Amino acid sequence: MSLRNILDKMEPHFHKGGKYENWYALYEAADTIFYTPGHVTKTAAHVRDAVDLKRIMILVWMCTFPAVFFGLYNVGFQANTAMAAMNITEPSTWQGSIAGALTSFDPDSLWDNIIHGASYWLPIYLVTFVVGGFWEVLFAMKRGHEVNEGFFVTSILFALILPPTIPLWQVALGISFGVVIGKEVFGGTGKNFLNPALTGRAFLFFAYPAQMSGDAIWTAVDGFSGATPLGLAAAGGVDAILAQNITWFDAFIGNIQGSVGEVSTFAIALGGLVLLFAKVAAWRIVAGVFLGMTVMATLLNLIGSETNAMFSLPFYWHMVLGGFAFGMFFMATDPISASMTNTGKWYFGALIGVMVVLIRVVNPAFPEGMMLAILFGNLFAPLIDNFVVQANIKRRAMRHVSE
Amino acid sequence: MEQYISLAVKAIFVENMALAFFLGMCTFLAISKKVKTAVGLGIAVIVVLAITTPINNLIYNLLLREGALAWAGYPDVDLSFLGYISYIGVIAAIVQILEMFLDKYVPALYNALGVFLPLITVNCAIMGAALFMVERDYTFGESVVYGTGAGVGWALAIATLAGIREKLKYSDVPEGLRGLGITFITVGLMSLGFMSFSGVQL
Repeated sequence: MSLRNILDKMEPHFHKGGKYENWYALYEAADTIFYTPGHVTKTAAHVRDAVDLKRIMILVWMCTFPAVFFGLYNVGFQANTAMAAMNITEPSTWQGSIAGALTSFDPDSLWDNIIHGASYWLPIYLVTFVVGGFWEVLFAMKRGHEVNEGFFVTSILFALILPPTIPLWQVALGISFGVVIGKEVFGGTGKNFLNPALTGRAFLFFAYPAQMSGDAIWTAVDGFSGATPLGLAAAGGVDAILAQNITWFDAFIGNIQGSVGEVSTFAIALGGLVLLFAKVAAWRIVAGVFLGMTVMATLLNLIGSETNAMFSLPFYWHMVLGGFAFGMFFMATDPISASMTNTGKWYFGALIGVMVVLIRVVNPAFPEGMMLAILFGNLFAPLIDNFVVQANIKRRAMRHVSE
Repeated sequence: MEQYISLAVKAIFVENMALAFFLGMCTFLAISKKVKTAVGLGIAVIVVLAITTPINNLIYNLLLREGALAWAGYPDVDLSFLGYISYIGVIAAIVQILEMFLDKYVPALYNALGVFLPLITVNCAIMGAALFMVERDYTFGESVVYGTGAGVGWALAIATLAGIREKLKYSDVPEGLRGLGITFITVGLMSLGFMSFSGVQL
């Protein structure tokens, strides 16, 4: 008996009046994992396209993989290096013990690093997936919509922008806030106005600033103290980063402290360029963010400041530090919360680019600005669209008069 | 000059009347269904704030504060207990004038704003700006900048909210939350976005 037959046989129980009527959303989700949905448009207007929501979301999900694997390696590498430097052989956390059971803690071994990193990141991802999935399915069942592949993207993006040392209950709380308040109260995927992953992250950021602010170290070893490169830059500009033996190339490849998925600009760009090439991510937004950031950073370089070392941080450093690259490729381009119009996308991107530099430089409270800048951009996206559309209407009306 | 720019940025973004202090909420929630009306109301609030804050500043500094009446020969008189009633009187008068002006020259906006135009009088954002101005001891120049900045910040917030609410028309909000409920949540999330400015020292 084939899988299709099993599913077909089960199906009537999940329809209206069946035994498991309430669980239809789960059945539908399981079915569409294995098979293309059979539903077709029945009324007149047809657009035939091989691309559907499912393919787009899965593509985005897969494009994060380079960043994921590099992130795992890096978390393990940073932790193992720190342990070697401090002569610790026995890790003090339970995640470390799991890794210790599987392998040793040699910073030169690729395998050891990945396992050590995974023992920190996989629990985070698992909690995100289970807790977020619970809310997603609950709302799908109660509100009668489908469990959507968008959740794959939300969950992996959320897990990737967290620091590796975050307590798991905070992960659960954050994804709950993101999925429920950020998305489901508005009716689910496509109906929200903020990026749900970022909403959850921002909630954690303001609720538990001690663990999340992004200036202290995030290496997964107890008793290791230091600062992330952005924290260093805030204290002493580029010189302070270089003084820690971190070169630009290190930051570009991702050999630095930071959130799991954010460290390697190179790995992120690899996935991000695939998204751009597949036209899933809007190139106008990416270009807008980059231009906005470059212009603003250069402007601040020219203005200069005696007291604030961040003013002198050039744009190519801004690009490789913190969550900038990840936000630019994966977060700002979220088609739901970004501007819809082509002109609007430029403005939307530029707004984010300008804001990220402003927050990093001017606001001493937050060394990391990408996430907040994108949320801020999300707020203005509908208004930008509105103005673009109004301007278009006005222009066309004028053209009509002159004819 | 630099101090005026910092003050303006502070009034517009860092201490946004609507999203950081939650002042002027009644009109903020009620007139934010359409971008066009919201922008109209925003401009009205900018105008009112830009006029009333400096006038109240003059009244406070020349008549009400302790020793302000020295020029009239009463150096010991302290009339600051008359503050609230004077400020609200000035605000009411300005709003009345604005209302007559709009009725005559922009009737479309006048009709769209309806009862909320006279209600600008009791818009907490406007009274709030006057009281902040007194509390922080702004000079006349600063009060002009602060009044205008606070107005621009409020207008920006309401226009943004209106943009989001127009988009949310296509959302599928649970029945019990429709209307004001979801608007409150929306405003809460907006102020989360505006938190990016908290902590900015200018």
